[in-house]
Amino acid sequence: MDYDKIEKQARVRAKVKSTVTYVFLIIWAVIVLFPFYWMILTSIKSYSSYNSEYVPKFYTLAPTIKNYVDAFISVNLSRYFLNTIIFTVLTTAVMLIVTILAAFAFARLDFKGKNITFAIFLSLMMIPNELVVITNYVTITNWDMRNTFAGLILPSVTSVFYIYLLKENFEQIPDSLYKAAKVDGTSDLKYLFKVMLPICKPTVITILILKVIECWNSYVWPRLVTDNPDYFLVSNGIQEIRENGFGRENIPAMMAAVVVISVPLIIIFLIFHKKIMAGVSRGGTKG
Amino acid sequence: MNYNKYKGWLYLLPAILFLGLFMVYPLVDVVVYSFEEGYNFASQSFSGTGLYNFSYVLHDPYFMQAVKNTFIIVIITVPLSTGIALLISLGLNSIKPLKDFLQTVYFLPYVTNTLAVGLVFMILFKKTAYSDGLINALINMFGHDSIDFIEGPYWAKMFVICFYTIWIVMPFKILILTSALAGVRQDYYNAAKVDGTSKFRTFYKITLPMISPMIFYLVITGFIGAFKAYSDEVAIFGTNLNAAGMNTIVGYVYDMLYGNSGGYPSYASAASLILFAIVFTITVINLMVSKKNVQY
Amino acid sequence: MKVTLEHLTKRFPNRNKKIKEDVIAVNDFTFEIPDGKLIGLLGPSGCGKSTTLNMISGLEKPTSGKVFFGDDDVTGLPPENRGVGLVFQNYALYPHLTVRQNILFPLQNLKGKDKLSKEVMEEKALEAAKLVQIDAYMDRKPGELSGGQQQRVAIARALVKMPRVLLLDEPLSNLDARLRLQTREEIRRIQIETGITTIFVTHDQEEAMSISDMIVVMKDGIFQQMGKPQDVYDKPVNLFVAKFLGTPAINVFNGEIKDGKLYIGDDAILDVNLENQQVWAAIRPEGFVVSDNGALKCTLKQVEVMGRDTSVISLNDNLDGISVRSIIPSDTTINPVNGIVSFNIKPYKIHLFSKETEERLEF
Repeated sequence: MDYDKIEKQARVRAKVKSTVTYVFLIIWAVIVLFPFYWMILTSIKSYSSYNSEYVPKFYTLAPTIKNYVDAFISVNLSRYFLNTIIFTVLTTAVMLIVTILAAFAFARLDFKGKNITFAIFLSLMMIPNELVVITNYVTITNWDMRNTFAGLILPSVTSVFYIYLLKENFEQIPDSLYKAAKVDGTSDLKYLFKVMLPICKPTVITILILKVIECWNSYVWPRLVTDNPDYFLVSNGIQEIRENGFGRENIPAMMAAVVVISVPLIIIFLIFHKKIMAGVSRGGTKG
Repeated sequence: MNYNKYKGWLYLLPAILFLGLFMVYPLVDVVVYSFEEGYNFASQSFSGTGLYNFSYVLHDPYFMQAVKNTFIIVIITVPLSTGIALLISLGLNSIKPLKDFLQTVYFLPYVTNTLAVGLVFMILFKKTAYSDGLINALINMFGHDSIDFIEGPYWAKMFVICFYTIWIVMPFKILILTSALAGVRQDYYNAAKVDGTSKFRTFYKITLPMISPMIFYLVITGFIGAFKAYSDEVAIFGTNLNAAGMNTIVGYVYDMLYGNSGGYPSYASAASLILFAIVFTITVINLMVSKKNVQY
Repeated sequence: MKVTLEHLTKRFPNRNKKIKEDVIAVNDFTFEIPDGKLIGLLGPSGCGKSTTLNMISGLEKPTSGKVFFGDDDVTGLPPENRGVGLVFQNYALYPHLTVRQNILFPLQNLKGKDKLSKEVMEEKALEAAKLVQIDAYMDRKPGELSGGQQQRVAIARALVKMPRVLLLDEPLSNLDARLRLQTREEIRRIQIETGITTIFVTHDQEEAMSISDMIVVMKDGIFQQMGKPQDVYDKPVNLFVAKFLGTPAINVFNGEIKDGKLYIGDDAILDVNLENQQVWAAIRPEGFVVSDNGALKCTLKQVEVMGRDTSVISLNDNLDGISVRSIIPSDTTINPVNGIVSFNIKPYKIHLFSKETEERLEF
């Protein structure tokens, strides 16, 4: 056997392989990052310079923040922003309370009909949102809740999947802890908040993250129940801007609005990227 | 201890209340609507019961166009995105420097607002009076004429929407597959290496079977998600999807409910039940196939 | 196949990135493993045994030094070209393949002129399965087998391609005590039947001693001693080896050489031909003989009757440890005087080590 030759071949092969891998991975990274680069770049080009570039340039030598000023002045971006924050915070908070209480009941308490109720809950997981949105729209309209926060929030506060996720996690806490707490005279509610929740913090954070992302990006339901721009969320705002704002073709101003809307989640993501990715993959794989 | 009997229900009360109102009741109601012919929003009255709503929807060219679009999007994006995600995850798992950085970058689209980033894609592809857009500039560089991706030929529009859909769904798939791949113990690879197993065979005989449950999971959820495509389309083509010829089934439901054709909950219900039937069938088929192929 | 290691060294960058210094897993190993023998690579956890094994298999590249199979330098050769069989601590059986498919797996990798026909492969797989007595379970999946059976499959998979060298990484550590005993005899039998040079790694000295032709003792990545198990036990080269081999552990005393005599405290134990100095005097438990006028005096603490023999636990101020444990035949009668029991020491069961270097002192 020609050992030197085999050795050499193996080394060359490893080198080629790693080069090809890196090239491939970097190409995808560019595809992912390019739209972000482009939106920031466009947002700092002036209206006239953007429109004078028949072939768009990859850089600009005269950055301007005028577009950002426009985004806040000529359309009601700050209003959309505020609405979205209110919507996200309230929805997430109510959802968490509902989910935690339900998960606790399923995991910890004994009562007649628990198993059948849980089975019904689980079967509801299969129901797509599109199926129920029609009646919900009618319901909210009948209750005169169009263009109100209540109308936006109420149908989005329950998620069977999150109840399931948290219940599974709660059940991993050994019974002995509950018994010990009972012996010490701890009430159920206190046990839930002082013992179970701290132990299951990662799952709660997962749920929180997933819900916040969902809220920030929600479009379909808000579009149905709001037609008054005072109650638009950022997604609807963007759509509104696209169709009516900025005198149609002011793309740099549009991009400034897009940057402003995208930045909060991206910043949160960059700070907590490890936690968020772990959370999403937990939430995802258990589904 | 009578109180204890009801305590469980007390904790469950909010969940049951919300689910009952916004999930169970609508579920029954949507079926009812779908059989009520000519239901009128304002007077809350209807002219008769029967299958007319279904027949109307199935004969509506807009609906058939939406079904066609949806199926094309599903068939193109699900296999492509899963395949590319697998390649990327394999690549990621084989490198050390830059791994964390790339993983974070790849995940970015997950946390962005679909509507907002869709606008960026639109301007990248869009042809306007001032400019043919960046993508067309690239195409011109290769000596080809500009294509109007946003308002032009059907397949150009389909290309953009599939590209954007894949861009949006990749982060989740890459994340799931990289962690599935990382979960395959190094020992298996070492054992294969000592036995002189080729790279391809190692992948095909060891890696793939071991991560097959996750791949099927992604395919199933991918199908379900793609069948519900809607906001990506709005992001690229605007709210009037019928005019763009790019509507999807979900889009059709919403248009029927509101939007431009305005206020036909019966048709919307029928269409959404048809969608549910399609998704349900496909999922059952998927599950049957995966039962056969997921090997342990 | 003779296996030779020459100045084999492996350094890893420190996991704690603040520390610049590398971790030296294996430091300057040089020894020769004779053809057709069963060798136990022995040392406490984290001493670099597995790293050594991985360098022999080719899964890890040495930082410096060389590995020879016979006269061939295989240092840079990828594992698949070395012809080694490797059995993993947790077996690494492919869970989605049956026993048969697992054993066939290495054969199906062969390409070109080495390629085998289906029938030959089946035949070889069955042969290997028979050798490890697993042929009755060919169509089961690993998940349906007991730990011991999985172990056999793993060995069969490693043997089926007739490796030049068989490597086993802690092969018994995942088995319960009874199975461990049985399996180690099995490994010995298979090794003798096949005559393949076999190297196995273990932290369990009893395991290594019981089946190896030779053992290699390591500590902190440094080679300590190599030899037949009995030779290493009888003539440990340093205090570490003396302490590491043998259960119950050797008793180590602070001793002193004065005028050609070894003293433990005030007790003169035996005559030695050494300079005056402080020494470690290590005495095997079976080296004690109870005698009314014995040289070494200890305070009796407890007598444990264990059937075949008796274990005498006693105290001595000069012991480097808690209590002196000696093993004597069960028919010996013990007559402590005022709680003091006296021992004579068998000279070949006592080892002296320098206090400075902890190296063996011949006396």
